[in-house]
Amino acid sequence: MNSYAEYTTGEPVVDAKAPEGPIAERWDTRRFEAKLVNPANRRKHTVIVVGTGLAGGSAGATLAEQGYHVVQFCYQDSPRRAHSIAAQGGINAAKNYRNDGDSIHRLFYDTVKGGDFRARESNVHRLAQISVEIIDQCVAQGVPFAREYGGLLDTRSFGGVQVSRTFYARGQTGQQLLLGAYQALSRQIAAGNVEMHPRTEMLDVIVVDGRARGIVARDLVTGRIDTYFADAVVLASGGYGNVFYLSTNAMNSNATAVWRAHRRGAYFANPCFTQIHPTCIPRTGDHQSKLTLMSESLRNDGRIWVPKAKGDTRPANEIPEDERDYYLERIYPSFGNLVPRDIASRAAKNVCDEGRGVGPGGQGVYLDFADAILRMGRKAVEAKYGNLFDMYQRITDEDPYEVPMRIYPAVHYTMGGLWVDYDLQTTVPGLFAIGEANFSDHGANRLGASALMQGLADGYFVLPSTINDYLARNPHKDEVDAEHPAVQEVLSETEDRLNLLLAVDGDRTPDSFHRELGELMWEFCGMARTETGLRKALERIPQIREEFWRRIKVPGTGEEFNQSLEKANRIVDYLELAELMCLDALHRAESCGGHFREESQTPDGEAARVDEDFSYAAAWEFTATGDAPVLHKEDLTFEYVHPTQRSYA
Amino acid sequence: MKLTLRVWRQKNADADGAMSTYEVDNISSDMSFLEMLDTLNEELIVKGEEPVAFDHDCREGICGACSLVINGDAHGPERTTTCQLHMRSFKDGDTIDIEPWRAAAFPVIKDLVVDRSAFDRIIQSGGYISAPTGSAPEAHATAVPKPDADFAFEHAECIGCGACVAACPNGSAMLFTSAKVNHLNVLPQGAPERETRVLDMVAQMDTEGFGGCTLTGECATACPKGIPLPSIAAMNKEWLRATRKVSR
Amino acid sequence: MALATRTDRRPSLPRTVWDSTVGKKTVMAVSGLIMLLYLVAHMIGNLKIFFGPGDFNHYAHWLRTLGEPVMRWEWTLWVVRVGLVAAVVAHAVSAYQLSRRDIKARPSKYVHKKPRASYATRTMRWGGIILGLFIVWHILDLTTGTVHPGTYEHLHPYQNVIDTFSTWYGNVIYITAVVALGFHVRHGFWSAAQTLGVGNASRDRFLKTCANGLALLLTVGFVSVPVGVMTGVVS
Repeated sequence: MNSYAEYTTGEPVVDAKAPEGPIAERWDTRRFEAKLVNPANRRKHTVIVVGTGLAGGSAGATLAEQGYHVVQFCYQDSPRRAHSIAAQGGINAAKNYRNDGDSIHRLFYDTVKGGDFRARESNVHRLAQISVEIIDQCVAQGVPFAREYGGLLDTRSFGGVQVSRTFYARGQTGQQLLLGAYQALSRQIAAGNVEMHPRTEMLDVIVVDGRARGIVARDLVTGRIDTYFADAVVLASGGYGNVFYLSTNAMNSNATAVWRAHRRGAYFANPCFTQIHPTCIPRTGDHQSKLTLMSESLRNDGRIWVPKAKGDTRPANEIPEDERDYYLERIYPSFGNLVPRDIASRAAKNVCDEGRGVGPGGQGVYLDFADAILRMGRKAVEAKYGNLFDMYQRITDEDPYEVPMRIYPAVHYTMGGLWVDYDLQTTVPGLFAIGEANFSDHGANRLGASALMQGLADGYFVLPSTINDYLARNPHKDEVDAEHPAVQEVLSETEDRLNLLLAVDGDRTPDSFHRELGELMWEFCGMARTETGLRKALERIPQIREEFWRRIKVPGTGEEFNQSLEKANRIVDYLELAELMCLDALHRAESCGGHFREESQTPDGEAARVDEDFSYAAAWEFTATGDAPVLHKEDLTFEYVHPTQRSYA
Repeated sequence: MKLTLRVWRQKNADADGAMSTYEVDNISSDMSFLEMLDTLNEELIVKGEEPVAFDHDCREGICGACSLVINGDAHGPERTTTCQLHMRSFKDGDTIDIEPWRAAAFPVIKDLVVDRSAFDRIIQSGGYISAPTGSAPEAHATAVPKPDADFAFEHAECIGCGACVAACPNGSAMLFTSAKVNHLNVLPQGAPERETRVLDMVAQMDTEGFGGCTLTGECATACPKGIPLPSIAAMNKEWLRATRKVSR
Repeated sequence: MALATRTDRRPSLPRTVWDSTVGKKTVMAVSGLIMLLYLVAHMIGNLKIFFGPGDFNHYAHWLRTLGEPVMRWEWTLWVVRVGLVAAVVAHAVSAYQLSRRDIKARPSKYVHKKPRASYATRTMRWGGIILGLFIVWHILDLTTGTVHPGTYEHLHPYQNVIDTFSTWYGNVIYITAVVALGFHVRHGFWSAAQTLGVGNASRDRFLKTCANGLALLLTVGFVSVPVGVMTGVVS
């Protein structure tokens, strides 16, 4: 039965759109080579955009401004609510307003290195180039970035880089950028250029004659399942962190759009690359529904520790200084509490695994500000971290000025996603993926304040340029026939799936399955992965899937607002995606970025990359549920940034 | 702790609704209010009953999806969103009334879920700056005085949850509309559309069937993001200024 | 193409104002302030009663010769009366229309009820109705004499006032209305300031103090007359 792990390796996948030449000129080259659509003809082209986050919102608005007829979808009640809104820190841009030596090349270099040499150089360079235009665009839209007294934009340094290139709007940068995109989109909705479908969830892609020609979507209010046709389909549906059940993602963020696209032929790249953020508020019990992130900046002044003794249940303030283990300072004397995200996360897991974790269930470590308060005074700490302390207190009912905070790592971002070429087109012609939904420009690890940059770069600038080429070369003169067998097949498959979910009438709730899968993934495909663990997970997932289809209970009907049905249907896809994530993690027998294989570490316990064997992006091709997929490798070459091993000791 | 919940149940927009009573046990004071409802729903599903429908998404107080009136207060007794309200704000044995936002412009879709698309249409009527992608000048071309930037930010914090409308005895959307008008109108980038923006947004707000403002101040008290009541006066000023300028 | 231009013509200024909730509130604020100005003058005039019948009756006479020789007998008074009626009508019609709209905007009430806002704020509508009815009675009593309790004598307001406040119901109606007026002005003045856009965070305390001061001044000033009659200071 366990044949899933016996994948085959197919032809390498090649990015046919990547231009040649000096890296700084490639984006210009591509834009020039791309065919254009006559402005008068754009109106005749319909583009479907799924999702209204930073990538989807900005793409929908921009395509409509260019003259395309855009049909856009989001599952939320309004296009203003996508989870981009929760991003706190900021957005990077190589403006060099500080005159501190920043440049496009430096941002490019930092991002390739930060991604642990598993990203494409061409894409990352384009991202760094566009970063500059994003800030201009957002300021013009009225995004209220932080400003200095002279009225110019303020920046700060973020995520351990040595330049100050992060633009921010207090702790709500994502919200403000998203509202900017939402407002631009709203303007186009009012102008009649965007047909917006809120509370409508995409359930499948329609592929006719080898091209993406539309989607199947369900109106979440009436339950009506409909087909929508277009000349191209853009997926901007976000990441898949909710496979883990507990994550910092929104409750309804899901992988259905990307997974269904994968099932219809789009390759899925690097699914095991997930980012785990070290400073989240720990869970308090089994009732926990999601995890909340606390800004990484806390590690600048807080000291991380656990008791030296196992099972020490004394309150933190009663543990004397010499019985505390400031483990990051001990293991990494030069970087101390400021080691990168993945290292801090893994170290926390290790001490908790040793039984020295604190708080409920022993799943937490202390982040102590007592020294900072002594050194800087309470006032200064309050000025710097007041809002974060308040947020912590509201959630935990503990006063971080008096007792140390408790933190624990949590799933935060997924670097993997649908494989796309330089034009952001998937392996299905006419199907594009932007933002966190694609396997993106972050390689194996994303730097802080880069997610917003990538989402907006894709949506405002990259896709609106590259999609022209596809539409110009593929003028679909013919309307899609709704009676076409391919359309009918997708529609009936979707209806059958939902009907089956409703028909099982078992005894377990959707959440109970989701939680079970999430715990399994967290244990075996989380911060540290081993071959044995991954094999165990690969054995267990099909069993959960089988049990799911036997025991799932979905009350109500499909012809109404039914949140249980929505959840259950998303879990169907998690149960398949999880399997691919584990397989990808198993096959990549190296450690890189967010992917840590215990078998592949340096003598001092750091991630050891194996460039000879794994300097490629793994693009997986779907075969059938539970059947081994086919691996297509895209070789990564580094002409401008030469791979080195990280060291923080 | 053990609680009695009285929850508004309504099958769909056309059906009549009523309060239904449920008992929940083993509620931890660390749970968020929505996790308490999750617990209830898990029990209801296992019993074969329909779970209570409610809007929620980010659960960190920023997306603006959650929308419950708890014991008569929009978002409950604390000044935050429902998702950030924790059960430690309640006592063992409490009876909690949970109702949807109530306003003619926010019709109930099911149980505690309401349709807030009227807010989107207000934004569509003018809550933006027309700056097509690619047309932007260099970001530092226009300096924005810090007090103006701070004023804009304070009003841009609105999450569009609708608590202001829910709390207002007149179901008025003045605080929501004024927050966006003030955010954009104070910025130099927003100046060219300053008059049309406020006139069109107020007109759309009226068209949607929201009530007028009687300055009861309930909206600002309920607002989880602390949009201040003077925001409304500032918009009135903009509106009066615009009527004079446009009629000229 | 994509960038739709606004070609629709805007309605006229009066149309814009009257059709908008914000505009109608402006009408209420302006008419309210006109009435408030009048009330302050009226209250000050009333206090002349404490200087005896000569002063008070002479004051009533003066009101009718105001503006002479440009104006003739009672002309100014009629101008004021017409202005006031217009203000009352504009205030009442706007209030009625806005209230109907407000009630329609919140068709279903919450099951869990909580007392909301300040007393003054919650009683604006009922207070307004009480004041409207009072004005009718007040005019019929002391201007036309139609419902006057004693023998109404034109241009002898001193005696007329004493007659009215010598009845228990005269006192009850008047004092109730004046208290209602106090509450109405307390919220109304501050509210009008917000509507006209002069309110902001730093001015809020000042405006609230003004509103409270005005409300108190008017209440005490007006109530002093019936109290004076009751205690025999005015007789």
